Amino acid sequence: MLFTVNKSPFLFGHLDSCLQYAIKDTPILLIEDGVYAASKGTSYEKKLKEALGKFEIYALGPDLKARGIASVIDGVKIVDYAGFVDLAEKHNVAPWI
Amino acid sequence: MANPEEIEESSDEIVKKMMFVMRKAPHGTINPYEGLEVMLIVAAYDQDLSAVFLDDGVYAIKKGQDPKEIGAKDFSTTFRVLPGYGIEKIYVEKESLENRGLTVEDLLLEVEVVDKSEVTKLMQEQDVLFPF
Repeated sequence: MLFTVNKSPFLFGHLDSCLQYAIKDTPILLIEDGVYAASKGTSYEKKLKEALGKFEIYALGPDLKARGIASVIDGVKIVDYAGFVDLAEKHNVAPWI
Repeated sequence: MANPEEIEESSDEIVKKMMFVMRKAPHGTINPYEGLEVMLIVAAYDQDLSAVFLDDGVYAIKKGQDPKEIGAKDFSTTFRVLPGYGIEKIYVEKESLENRGLTVEDLLLEVEVVDKSEVTKLMQEQDVLFPF
């Protein structure tokens, strides 16, 4: 199962909730405002780093670029649209909205 | 015929204190863009206007946005025209910046940084709050 999260971790609990329901090694793809969770130096960084120990976490490059996020937490894999499609092909997609 | 000065003096229109409260990130929701549009419209009515960026609203005025690849327009730099439209009181909440690892250096317009208690106080002074 591939979980996608498209909401900011600061205003909404979508990512918190997703992290509770995903099992180990589940890929989680941050898209749209979800990518703010991947930016360095935020109050969410600690939680995301903990999650990186259990899950594969991806962030959509064009969404990072749109929001001017230049530095991403180490271990988060940046994918482009083709990479998004590859992930969606390999897994059933569960949008965590 | 009355001269223009007299007309100006006789027009005792009520001036209200209005504050735009910007709380959402750009691109993911339409809120910041709509907020910007409404600010520019309301600016035409000579009211006592201010804006505060807090929570994810601080992301709306973050430097370096480039939303070409997601098919969106970069409206962030348009916020720079606000002082020219008479919206000179632009506040950013300190805690919101810090939680997001940002400083005023990351922002694309000149702002006054205020803490949460000051934001609360500013809001209490307003006649109208416009939430976006």
